[in-house]
Amino acid sequence: MSRELRGLGVSAGIAVGPVARLAAPPELPDRDAPVADAEAEAARAAEALEAVAAGLDARAAQADGAAADVLVAQGLMARDPVLGDAVAGLVRDGRDAPHAIDAALHEHRRALEGLGGYMAERAADLDDLRTRAVAHLLGLPMPGIPQPGHPFVLVADDLAPADTATLDPAQVLGIVTERGGPTGHTAILAKQLGIPAITACPDASVLVDGQRLLLDGGTGLLVADPDDALVADAERRARELAARRASSHGPGRTADGHPVRLLVNVGGPGDLEAPGVPGAQGVGLLRTEFLFLERATAPTREEQEALYAEVFSAFSGRTVIVRTLDVGADKPLAYLPQAPEENPALGVRGLRLARRDPELLAEQLDAIAAAARASDADVGVMAPMVATAREAEGFARLARDHGLEKVGVMIEVPSAALCAAEILRHVDFASLGTNDLAQYTLATDRLAGELADLLDPWQPALLRLIARTIEAGVAAGKPIGVCGEAASEPMLALVLAGMGVTSLSMGAASLADVRATLAAHTIDQCRALASTALAAGSAPDARAGCGGRRAGGRRRRLTPCPSSRSTPSRSPRAAAPPWRSASPSAPARWRTCPASSATSCCVPSRARPATSSTRAGRPKRTSRRGCRARRSLAATPRRGPVKGRRWRSTPAC
Amino acid sequence: MSERTVSVGSRVGLHARPASLFVQAAARQPVPVTIAKPGGDPVDARSILMVIGLDVRGGDEVVLHADGEGADAALDELVELLATDHDAEVPS
Repeated sequence: MSRELRGLGVSAGIAVGPVARLAAPPELPDRDAPVADAEAEAARAAEALEAVAAGLDARAAQADGAAADVLVAQGLMARDPVLGDAVAGLVRDGRDAPHAIDAALHEHRRALEGLGGYMAERAADLDDLRTRAVAHLLGLPMPGIPQPGHPFVLVADDLAPADTATLDPAQVLGIVTERGGPTGHTAILAKQLGIPAITACPDASVLVDGQRLLLDGGTGLLVADPDDALVADAERRARELAARRASSHGPGRTADGHPVRLLVNVGGPGDLEAPGVPGAQGVGLLRTEFLFLERATAPTREEQEALYAEVFSAFSGRTVIVRTLDVGADKPLAYLPQAPEENPALGVRGLRLARRDPELLAEQLDAIAAAARASDADVGVMAPMVATAREAEGFARLARDHGLEKVGVMIEVPSAALCAAEILRHVDFASLGTNDLAQYTLATDRLAGELADLLDPWQPALLRLIARTIEAGVAAGKPIGVCGEAASEPMLALVLAGMGVTSLSMGAASLADVRATLAAHTIDQCRALASTALAAGSAPDARAGCGGRRAGGRRRRLTPCPSSRSTPSRSPRAAAPPWRSASPSAPARWRTCPASSATSCCVPSRARPATSSTRAGRPKRTSRRGCRARRSLAATPRRGPVKGRRWRSTPAC
Repeated sequence: MSERTVSVGSRVGLHARPASLFVQAAARQPVPVTIAKPGGDPVDARSILMVIGLDVRGGDEVVLHADGEGADAALDELVELLATDHDAEVPS
């Protein structure tokens, strides 16, 4: 008997396979077991730590880059002589081995946590050691990715970075977690690896090992024990999706030729190697934080110029939009001390940093301009966290004084969306950072997993602010792009295109899906979807109205009505906002779409906003979800041109 | 008793990979080595938990101590390792 479950689809794709659950962490008994022979017990504790270390070494050998570094360091912690002595001492004082290890690690954990920041993240590594050692001693299954010997759908309460470091896409067909949100670690990782994934599915707790499970990472729908017809249908859809991805190439355009430029978000030179990048029409968001973070002194102008030049030359003849430094009190720069803030997401970050240190921004603009002059890329520059037209004006003047011709701003603060018309008088373009815009509009910390529904990019308030911004762009005849990960959700990309965006910028992995989906719809269909989405009273209704999952119901799969093809296309620069041109009856006819495999918003957890990352003595963030998400990809302070993770895992705007 | 003072070359400081490399190198030495911040309490250089607990940042100075035969050679090797910027290396 098949059973439907629902979660939040965070990585598009369809998978069918047997469930394998991640073992839950073992419970430590309330009391110590009586210890007859303290020496033997101490040896048992030492043996457990050594076994844990050996296991970590084995996993480190399979991993590479930053993931391997974390596992090597964790192995060294398990073999730490000071820890070993402390454990032995506690056993001699009468503790049993599991409790001795727990207590000794707890001491070190406290010490590290007290240091805050990166050190506090290492505390999570100690928790993992403790869990592993206790499981070993109690004879319980070792927590970690199961290895049933055949491909499986991984089901877990939540995934820790150590769990995912060695995740093998050939074995893991899909991922389902009970907790987690659209912006969490699991979502980011799954998207990176191209594994269909669903998070925030509390009902997944009923799933058991070996049970057949069908999941659609686009819609968030799971079916336990699906019948053969459902499986056949899912497999057919998976093949269609694969075929669409494979056949997707060229510039972004709708079925009837309306152009929407498809760009990539780049966190550093490492991202340039990602597949899909060569097919992009440019870079819609070049994050520059990688140049500035985790170093003792500011990068020199020359150093910056060389790195910008590297990116520009890779996109010769194409667009590159550089976002100026976006850091705040939660990611302090060693050379630019910032006092702790109660609310870093609302504090001195982004462009606001230039109020305190105008030199840093001036030098960055100088370096960008110099690199731009020496390149034939179409270089634009934009400022993050602009809240007022006056700030936009000041930034535009400064950038133009430095010789930059194409100047824009991020629209990621509700006030900027509301004043977009005024802002656009001063700049040449704007780019919607939908992740932060959602955070600020819905007053919801981007890392608050339990509030993930509020960060749904389909939230009516968010869609209306986006529409209002685009409307201002259309009226001013200035391009408005979207560089938040909302752009990577194919269905939402159609809605945004229908609203009149001129470009969508996303992680390279999402390009093919978005391009293919766009190519399968006319601009009028997109406008009708935009009308439907904007008319919806809730995020689930908006999604369902556009053919995605319905709240608790079935997806509608209707055939597009051919008659609306006769509706003339309108230019996105027409004076009237395009979605208003759609006929009121249109939406109902357009509920279907091959793009029902939409992906949800996914934000890597650089932990920029609203995480009170701490130094010694400051109060720490209490949300366990936040901590878990943060220690994810940010586990190691990665520096320099480290291939892979670091630059790929910087957050979206 | 031998002592060396060295400024840490890795920009991230004595954390993560640089810390792992240092601790592993210290464990290979024939003599026990301690590491301290100037004026601070020395800790066992073979203990990654103690070493990262020092919270040494890039450019910070640290003081190494060792006693016995081979102490100088041991410290020379560790000093060189600490002075190197391991962040600049590109792992595979």
